[in-house]
Amino acid sequence: MLDVLVIGGGNAALCAALMAREAGASVTLLEAAPREWRGGNSQHTRNLRCMHDAPQDVLVDAYPEEEYWQDLLKVTGGITNEALARLTIRASSNCRDWMRKHGVHFQPPLSGALHVARTNAFFMGGGKALVNAYFRSAEKLGVQIRYDTAVVSVELDGDRFVAACTASGERIEARSCVLAAGGFESNRDWLREAWGQNGRGEWPSDNFLIRGTRFNQGVLLKSMMEAGADSIGDPTQAHMVAIDARAPLYDGGICTRIDCVSLGVVVNREAQRFYDEGEDFWPKRYAIWGRLVAQQPGQIGYSIIDQKAIGRFMPPVFAGVTANTLAELASRLGLPERAFVHTVEAYNAACRPGSFDHTALDDCRTEGLTPAKTHWARPIDTPPYYGYALKPGVTFTYLGLKVNDKSAVHFGGRPSPNLFVAGEMMAGNVLGQGYTAGVGMSIGTAFGRIAGTQAALAALKEFEHAAA
Amino acid sequence: MQQLESLAREAVALAAGSRTVIPILSAREAEVGRQMQICNACRYCEGFCAVFPAMTRRLEFGKADIHFLANLCHNCGACLHACQYAPPHEFAVNVPQAMAQVRGQTYVDYAWPPALGALYQRNGLTLSLALATGLALFLILAVAVNGTLWGGQLGGNFYNLFPHNLLVGLFAPVFLFATLALAMGVRGFWRDVTPATSGAPLSGPAAAEATDAVLRLKYLDGGHGMGCNNDDDAFTLARRRFHHFTFYGFLLCFAATSVATIYHYAFGWTAPYELPSLPKLLGVVGGVSLMIGTAGLWHLNRRRHPLHGDAVQRPMDLGFIALLFLTSASGLALWLGRGTPALAVLLCLHLGAVMALFATLPYGKFGHGIFRSAALLRHAIEKRQPNTIGLAAD
Repeated sequence: MLDVLVIGGGNAALCAALMAREAGASVTLLEAAPREWRGGNSQHTRNLRCMHDAPQDVLVDAYPEEEYWQDLLKVTGGITNEALARLTIRASSNCRDWMRKHGVHFQPPLSGALHVARTNAFFMGGGKALVNAYFRSAEKLGVQIRYDTAVVSVELDGDRFVAACTASGERIEARSCVLAAGGFESNRDWLREAWGQNGRGEWPSDNFLIRGTRFNQGVLLKSMMEAGADSIGDPTQAHMVAIDARAPLYDGGICTRIDCVSLGVVVNREAQRFYDEGEDFWPKRYAIWGRLVAQQPGQIGYSIIDQKAIGRFMPPVFAGVTANTLAELASRLGLPERAFVHTVEAYNAACRPGSFDHTALDDCRTEGLTPAKTHWARPIDTPPYYGYALKPGVTFTYLGLKVNDKSAVHFGGRPSPNLFVAGEMMAGNVLGQGYTAGVGMSIGTAFGRIAGTQAALAALKEFEHAAA
Repeated sequence: MQQLESLAREAVALAAGSRTVIPILSAREAEVGRQMQICNACRYCEGFCAVFPAMTRRLEFGKADIHFLANLCHNCGACLHACQYAPPHEFAVNVPQAMAQVRGQTYVDYAWPPALGALYQRNGLTLSLALATGLALFLILAVAVNGTLWGGQLGGNFYNLFPHNLLVGLFAPVFLFATLALAMGVRGFWRDVTPATSGAPLSGPAAAEATDAVLRLKYLDGGHGMGCNNDDDAFTLARRRFHHFTFYGFLLCFAATSVATIYHYAFGWTAPYELPSLPKLLGVVGGVSLMIGTAGLWHLNRRRHPLHGDAVQRPMDLGFIALLFLTSASGLALWLGRGTPALAVLLCLHLGAVMALFATLPYGKFGHGIFRSAALLRHAIEKRQPNTIGLAAD
């Protein structure tokens, strides 16, 4: 009988498969996607948040455990498990040699991402290159890989894993199992259920775009919860950013983000501003804008800048809508002209002179305007004007399965002896809300590796038990 | 359609009184521009090669930028396999392919004299005709001089068949023309891409860096030293190594000829030279190296991932590889068979191959080395200039 069955094909699944195989177990990995779409959301990632006490190859200075923990505490608002968080943090300090051994290469921080040069190690070529390297290494080590193999449910004997059932009705037995099949953000029905209907009678999630894989349908997550597995995390919450409204429904990835919000104004469908665009540096604020846009009528917003902003933000993937007058821009964007011109003129009039510096929290702000713009407020008066339509883009969902430090799935508070979970399916244990760059990969790598080791051990125990 | 859009854009720019007129992009150039806009918003591949760091210095991609980047690309394949937007993604990003297609077009556009640029487009035919002509020329000459192709009174000395001055008279003009044509071609390229790459003049350190990148084939190392891609997403150093065998083999053969020329005119030491003379040593080592290199590159080319590069240029790649192989193999065969009755035939074969090689140098795959070196040089110059784009995130 097979020792370890790994369900999923992203970073956490691959880490689990590699560790289990290295421990001597026979391993089969089931990826729901076809080969060309393999890797789940990991194919869109770019770095790993790493604890380090001294400079390390691509990482500058130090990022000690305590600082990392404080960062996590801050972004999650305390919705985290300190023991599991610290375990993740420590694991991030010593996993990179193992990653390199399996073919992952690191590169210096990308231009446009120097703000994380100290805290994050970038994968050369990004997450898909990492996924490719892990798949190659797994194949070489003799892990059996099956694509196009979605698992719909798991057969249990009490809290013990017995077999997995695939979408095609196949039953695959194994001595132990690692679940690493991602969240449910690609499941439109589930999102609809979670977000419900708003006061305007809209179903907001119908206008959401999914930044990652189309294969995170949450089928296995739902079936595990129905089977009595303990869950964690708010089912109605998702990490959302404001992305270009023209982005594809799935797999838009990183390039669809719009980074010019803080350099101009953002209006809704009615041409009204609704939030302080200059509250803080964009990397610290981009994650709230998905939700802000989701609350607007039609779940759409419009980022408006003028010529002065060009060259000061990451170039967007799609060319902006341009015009030489504000009225013309409004008409091209399909916004009410008079209201739009009024909003921008009111904003322009409220801008107080200051010394503009987009690299600092400068003193350019509005006065007597609601909502205020507290930094980088400069009149939008230099044509051509540019407009980018924004929609909420879901990165991942927080709902997952509860684990302990062995990554075991729990039933009624008791850990399963041979069923483990890793990656986005349990990230909510550490990251109950919020996000900070690279932490998803830290959690996936740490718990993927733990789950793989534990699954190999559990398989050995099952084998000995059966032999006795 | 793409051209129509560019025309419309240009008209709009003119109407708006904009000083910069956007040159019309071809469909292939527009495709590189489209992909670069996606890449510039992603940037995950910055560590692989020179193309992506050069890209981040730009927000828009004009014709000259695109020509520069296309020739900077080494078609290593790393960014294709790493790309989250590669086919079947709807963004259909395949940078090596888009770049290769423009690169092929730049060879045609910059060919000198311009009318001969068309030779690139049917390069397989060009090479075959050149080879047939070269062979026919020497075979007919041989029969005319010697009366026969087999045996004859040659005494192992090929100058008894074709006197030295006859060979010089045939090869020198062809070689000089090839050199001139290549120089004129790359001059046009340099002139067009210089303003798009900071306009700064050549400096010593930039030249040293570009030379290093050329001689070590730095950008086939994958950025991490493990090599580039060939059949799949695994990295291999084979392509780099076989290219080294080819490149240095070619240089050694060229050095052998140059030394022999000096021997002939400066010292009156006439061919044939035997081991361990310097021309023979250089020629034998170079010839063997060239055969190993081209055989390896042929094998790798046949196994290349179907999405790499531009399939239309395959005949050009393989034709050039085959001609180099034939040149080196016939040269070595001539040396080994010099005492046999086959001397005249072997000599005709070798001289015909060399003639075809020289004649097609400016209109075939050889050009890639010249244009890429120029692009690497412009890159080394440009990266030393301050970046005009200041991103808030940095």
